[in-house]
Parts: sequence; structure tokens; C-alpha cells
Amino acid sequence: MLERLLHLAAQLAITLVFPPLLVGLITKTKAVIAGRIGPPVLQPYYDLVKLARKGSVFSTTTTWIFRASPVVGIATAFLASLLIPLGGHEAPISFTGDLVLFAYLFGLARFFTVSAALDTGSAFEGMGGAREATFSCLAEPALFLGLLVLVKRSGALSLATMLGAAVPGTWLSSGAALVLVVASLFVVLLAENCRVPFDDPNTHLELTMIHEVMVLDHSGPALGMIFYGAALKLFVLGAIVIGIVVPVRTGSYALDLGLFVAGMLLLSVVIGIVESVMARLRLRQVPSLLVGACLLSAFAILLASR
Amino acid sequence: MRAELVLVALGLVAVSGVPGLLFGRSSPVGERVAAFLLILGSVLGLLVALGAMAEPVSLARAWPVPGGELAVRVDGLAALFLVPLFVVAPLGSIYGLEYWPQRDHADDGRKLRLFYGLQAAGIGLLLVAANAVLFLVGWETMALAAFFCITTEDRDEAVRQSGYVYLVATRIGTLLIFAMFAVLHAASGTWSFAAPATAIAPSAATAVFVLALLGFGIKAGLMPLHVWLPGAHANAPSHVSALMSGVLIKTGIYGIARVCSFFDHPPVGWGVALLVAGAVSGVLGVAFAVGQHDLKRLLAYHSVENIGIITMGLGVAVVGRAVGSAPLVALGLAGALLHVWNHALFKALLFLSAGSVLHATGTREMDQLGGLAKRMPRTAFAFLLGAVAICGLPPLNGFVSELFVYLGLFHMFGSDRTWVMGAIGAPALALIGALALACFAKAHGAVFLGQGRSSRVARAHDPGAAMLGPMALLGLACMFIGFAPAVVSPVLESATAAWAPEVAAVVGPLEALAPLHILSVTGVALLALAGVAAALIVRSSRRAPIASALTWDCGYAAPSPRMQYTASSFAQTLVTFFSWALRPDVHRGAPGGLFPPPATFHTHVPDTVLDRAVLPLSRGGARALGWFRWVQHGNVHLYIVYMLAAIVVLVLVSR
Repeated sequence: MLERLLHLAAQLAITLVFPPLLVGLITKTKAVIAGRIGPPVLQPYYDLVKLARKGSVFSTTTTWIFRASPVVGIATAFLASLLIPLGGHEAPISFTGDLVLFAYLFGLARFFTVSAALDTGSAFEGMGGAREATFSCLAEPALFLGLLVLVKRSGALSLATMLGAAVPGTWLSSGAALVLVVASLFVVLLAENCRVPFDDPNTHLELTMIHEVMVLDHSGPALGMIFYGAALKLFVLGAIVIGIVVPVRTGSYALDLGLFVAGMLLLSVVIGIVESVMARLRLRQVPSLLVGACLLSAFAILLASR
Repeated sequence: MRAELVLVALGLVAVSGVPGLLFGRSSPVGERVAAFLLILGSVLGLLVALGAMAEPVSLARAWPVPGGELAVRVDGLAALFLVPLFVVAPLGSIYGLEYWPQRDHADDGRKLRLFYGLQAAGIGLLLVAANAVLFLVGWETMALAAFFCITTEDRDEAVRQSGYVYLVATRIGTLLIFAMFAVLHAASGTWSFAAPATAIAPSAATAVFVLALLGFGIKAGLMPLHVWLPGAHANAPSHVSALMSGVLIKTGIYGIARVCSFFDHPPVGWGVALLVAGAVSGVLGVAFAVGQHDLKRLLAYHSVENIGIITMGLGVAVVGRAVGSAPLVALGLAGALLHVWNHALFKALLFLSAGSVLHATGTREMDQLGGLAKRMPRTAFAFLLGAVAICGLPPLNGFVSELFVYLGLFHMFGSDRTWVMGAIGAPALALIGALALACFAKAHGAVFLGQGRSSRVARAHDPGAAMLGPMALLGLACMFIGFAPAVVSPVLESATAAWAPEVAAVVGPLEALAPLHILSVTGVALLALAGVAAALIVRSSRRAPIASALTWDCGYAAPSPRMQYTASSFAQTLVTFFSWALRPDVHRGAPGGLFPPPATFHTHVPDTVLDRAVLPLSRGGARALGWFRWVQHGNVHLYIVYMLAAIVVLVLVSR
């Protein structure tokens, strides 16, 4: 019992504290590859503290939906994180079919983000909202197809088992399928978190963006919460990818957790490298890449069900 | 005794509009009496239905109609479908007191209430019928009364058009259902629903299934048989749309479910057919919805989508029964039947909210609206609740039923015999969910958020208690099922027991298959987390100044409502994805020449099946049948001679 409580405390602590570091590390990686020094790795934390102290400006057009959206975003991402087994050990909340809840929680957040964008009445933000809603129509089936492979190989319907003890065995029995799934889920991760090549979180040219343009009107603590929620979402989806990619289950909680954290840091570096070597895709090509992710997972299903 | 009570309840509902005929054109007495009778009958019926879930009630009396027997039976399945009827019908009639008051609608108010009651009673009668002839009596009462409800405003050309399309569709459906019962009778020798049809030859069984899928599919609105549905739902008064979308189209689902329950060992192909029909209906239904700019048409296409989800669940259950997998039957049926309830609740809520927007602004065009959340905050909140629920998002009720269907599909995927269906079904359901989200973000955003796009918005305000009350109750019901789904599991178990008795004995409680209690925990946890986050924001905002300003438009100082993203622009990329099915009409007036005229752009997504297949075919058919037009001369007494001759011929042939 005490052990479970300790594990729970460790998971909560990592989930609360760790996510902004991923964003900082991605930025640092990009800076290093570009030959710059770049901001400190802890810069996202400084930004959050700064934003929490700032005043806010609200558009006169907006309603309560605009203010609720950051709150919903952070609550859903945090609840989703509780379904993930960090390091392959038990998750705080786990039940049959929790993978559906996982996917649909992000849907709820998306509904509110898009609604908040439309709430401002700005053409730019409406455009960003439309793109977000449109591209997720392709990302969602890709995510489900990828998870289906894990369902098939582990015989379980909860993330805690699918990403837990069953992973090493799955690598041995159908490694090829898992490679495809990881590739597909990585694409979904990039798309859902609005990273290059889908979106460029650094540009401020609104017409080229999806996520950043939807939050143009947010300011102060609310904007900080949106940044933090985005980092949390990156952490949660990354945790799924790392749960598959790092299949070592030593049995020791501390060691597994350490491996997981190392894996997440590596993932940030990989995302940073991807962002450095690729340019953003033209908007028309985005659907093709997402359909490609669906197809990868579909092949993985064929491999896993043969 | 309780079986007689349900007939009394249906009688009260049926005659609810009759007293109004005795009062004057502008007297408010008739509408109050109608609402009172409907509520009384519904409460009575609801009590019987809830009781029948624990123990089926039945009644059989002789009835001097060939093949007819006054056989009434309310089992778990029928009771489950009766509950939304007895919830939505009275709420709609209360809503109608303010939405369609007799003093403003002296011409058609009495007619509307007469047929509203008859339609509801017809639905109830077919649900409790345990005999094919009695079923058809209920079915026809419902179908014809619905026609008169749809054509309430029959001075309007568009309303008459949709009414005719509905009438033709429902006649064809009835014809197919007659044929189905005839085949069933020829094969089993009985008109009664009580005897299981185990001894039926496979060919006859297949014929029965195909006829049922087509006949009931027309009523349910399965794509591509949905042609009547968008126009009818859009043009009927909103509380009638709520009753039709929430309850009437579910009678098609009830018919398919009931007919499938006659067969202990259905072929796997039936389940596959239902799954495919459901997935096609779901994906294309929501794709058409995305392209709409008329709020009520958009909601109507979402009925096609949700009927698709329900049919997918039913398909999972039939496959489960075919391969002998009890969990598949329990999960698929639970998903389908709970979605019947859920869709009745949130779709009625959405139609009533759309009705109050229409009432306040006089238009259904989304691109004329906007910013209504400020003017009608209560209606906006009701619509938001319905939108979140219909997208299947947690923590509301739509999520629970979709979770059941997902679990069923995952179970299918886990088995070696059925994995292909699961592998196609689950991503299809994910696609439907994401498209529905895009569509409702668009509809809610375009109507309620941003700034008003026309002067119609300026004077809009929330309606009164008679309209808001029913909306509030429906919204509360959506929240209740979402937060406490375990409450409905006995209802679903009793319906499963009625549908597949042999499965119910094996599978045990639903809780063992699906985590209903944990959904309450996650729902509350979500609220608590949101509360903590909100408190954090409020606390940190307290120390710092809060200012108001215009929306940031990249330095442009005078943003105007016309510069907002419209509903059509929001949907444009998705419409392009699906243009192979939607075939949007695009009219561009590009500027050109030395003195370019103003540019115009107009786009519209018509119903591909109706406008590009059914209507051209019907016109061709009408031309071809022009040779027989001499038969139609307008002399009524000669028409009666035709009927007499036809009956004589039929009697001679059937000898």
C-alpha cells in the first residue's frame, strides 16, 4: 500500500514538473544544431512564472468559453496522464477501454480550444481552428489503428497493460509491426502537438500556423496555462511512444522510471533534430502524411494479425 | 392489468389533440389540455415501461381482423424504446406551448397538436405490439401522422416538397415491411412475434432480413436510404423535429432489432451487413453534416450519423450471436441501445435549442448568425451540452454508449474469426467522432460565438420557461447518464435478456465487461481538475490587472463581423476531402475585365442521393409512366371502382 502511494506520488511529481523541460530541450537541440547557444533549457519554466504574474487582456467579443478553454485543456491532459503507466508500472487509473477515454479526452480539449478560437471572432483564429479540427480527423484514426496493434498483441484493453509488462514480449513476437506502429504514433505525436513538419511553434506569421494562431488572443496566466497544457500533451503522447520504444522492464520501479525519463529526454532530442532538418510541409501535403501514418498502422495490423 | 394501463396511456396520448378541435381558433385552452393529456399519458406509460424492465407484461385479446390479434407485450427491449418516447413527447408538447402557441398559429396549431399526439401514440403502439397486424396499424398511424406534422406550414413550397419526399419514402418502406411480414408469415405460419422463427428456411430468413434492413432502414434513415430525412427534419416545427429525430427514426432500429431477435442463429453475413451499413451511414452522414449551412439540416444529417453508430452496435451484437460470443452480444447491444437513449436525449436537446434560435432570430442560416452566446446564454449553454454529448466526448452520455461500441469492436478484433471487422470498425468510429467534433465546433462556433453576422441577431433573447424547462431537463439527463452510467446497466441487461435470452444467462452483469463505475470516478476527477485549474487562474489573475480590448487582428484596428471565419469556410477543407461523395455546388463569379464587377462566391452541398439519383430517376420514371396517365382522371367514384376491382382480383388470385 505504502509502495503504491510512493509510486503514485512519483508519477504525479514527474507529470507535474517534467513536461516544460521537454519543450526547453527541443529548443536547445534546435539551437545547438543551428550553431547558436539558445535559451537555457529551463527557459519554459521562467516563462511560466513570468506569465503567471502578468495581467490579462480579454477581447470584448469573448464569452466564458474563451476563459474555460485553457482550464479544460490542462484538466483533460492531466487526467489522460493518469491513464499512462510511467516506466511500464501500474497507472493511477486503469480500466478496460481506457484507451478510448484517453483519445476522447484530447477530443474534449480540442473542442474547447477550437471554440475559444471561434469565440474571438478573428478570421485568423477561425482559420487555425478549422485546420486543427480538420487534421485531427485523420490523426484520430491513425492513433486508434496504432493502439489496435497493441490491443492485438497484448490481448488487453487498458493502456496500463498494453504499455506495461506486455511490451517486451510483443517486441519479440512481432517486432516489425511495432516498428511501424512507433513510426505512425510518432507522426501522430508531431501532428497532435503541432510540431514541424505540421506546424511551426516558433513562427509568428499567423497564416502558416495551426495551434499558435488559435491562442493569439490569450494572455497572462491563461496563456501560461495553455503553454503548460501543450507541454503536458507532448509529455503524455510521448509517454505512449516511449512506453513502446523502451521495452526494458527491470522490475525495479526507480530504475524503470529513470529509463523512462531518459527515453523522454531522448525523444525531445529526436523531435529537435526532426525540426532542424525538416521544413514545415505545405498545408496541402499535411493530409497525405497523416494518411501515410494510418497506412503504416494498417500494415502493422496485417503483420500482427497474420 | 399493467398491459391495459399502457393502452390507456397510449389512448390518452392519441386523443391529446382532440379536445383542442372543440375550442376556438385562438383559444389557449386546447393546447393546455393537449399538453396535460400528453404528460398524463406519458407518466403512466413511463411507469409501466419501467416496471416492464423488471418483469415483462403482456395481454392478448381476440380481434376480428384477418391475422390480427390484440396482442400486447412490453418486454425489456420494447420498454427501452418506450422510455425515450414518453420522455421526449411530453417535453416537446410543453416546449410547443411557447414555440407554437395557438394564438400565433391559429391556422395550423390545432392540426399540429392532433397529429403530434397521434404520431406519438402510433410509435407507442408499434413498440408494444406483439402481432404483425397490430404492429402495422401502429406503424401506419405513426407514418401518416408524421406526414401531417412535417407539413404543418404547408403554405411553404419547401415544406410541401419535403413532405412529399417523406410520403413517398415512407410508402416504399411500408411496402417492404408488408412484404417482409408476408414472407415471415409464409415461412413460420404465424403473425405473432412470440414464437421464435427457428424453423425458417435459410433463403426465407435472408429474404426477411434484407426486406427488414431496407424497409426499416428507410425509416431509420440509413445512408443511402436517408433521402427523406434532412428535408423533413429541417422543415418540421422544432419540437416535431425533436420527436422525429429522437424517437420516430428509432422505430426503424427497433424493427431491425426485433426481427433479428426472432432468429437464434443468424448468419454472420447479417452482422457484417449491419456493420457496413452502419459505418457507411456514420461516416457519410457526418460528412454531409459538415457541409451544411442550415442549422437544422446539419442536425438532421447527424441523425443519419448516429443511426449509423447504433447500427454498428447492432451489427456487433448480431455477429456475436452468429459466432456464439456472449461478450460481443452484450457489448454491441448495450452500445446500440444506450445510444438510442442518448441520441434521443441530446438530439432532442439540440433541436429544441436550434428551435429557440430560430424562434429568436427567424433564420436557420448559420452564416447569418453569430455571437448569440451573449444574447441567449441559456440556449447557448444547452446547445453546448448537446454538442459535447453528441460528439461522444467525456464526461457526458454520448461517450458511454460509444465506449460500449468500441469495446465490442475491440473484442471482435481480438478474435481470429472476426478481426477484420474490428480493424475496420474501430478506426471508422474514430473518424466519425473526429468529424462530428469538427462539425459541432463549427455549428456551435458559427451560431453562438464571435460577433453577430446580421441584424437578426441584435434583438434575440432567451425564450421563456416553457421552452427552457424541457431543454434543462434533457441537459440534466445527458449529464446524469454521463456521470452515473452504472444506473442504466439494469435497463440494458433486461433488454439484452429480451433480445437474446441464451446470452443473458451466460454473460453476467454488464459491469464485468465495461467499467461503468470508473467512468463516474473519471467524470468527477475531470470536474475536480478543471476546478483546481480554474481556481489557480482566478488566484493569479487577482494580483494583476485585467483589461478589455478588441480582438487582436494583427494590427488592423477595425475588425468587423463580416471578417470572421464563416461556417462554410470552416468546413471547406473537409468538404474538399469528401467531395467525391458530397459533390458540392460551387458558383464563382470571378472579377474580370478592365472594370471588374463585384466578385461572388456561392457554395452549397445538396443531398447527393436525393438530388443526383432519386429525383432524376423519378422524373424519368414519371415520363415513362405518362402512358398510363389516362387512368388518372379525377373521378373519385371511378377510383373506388379500381379499388373494388383490385380487391376482387386479389381475392381470386389468393384462392
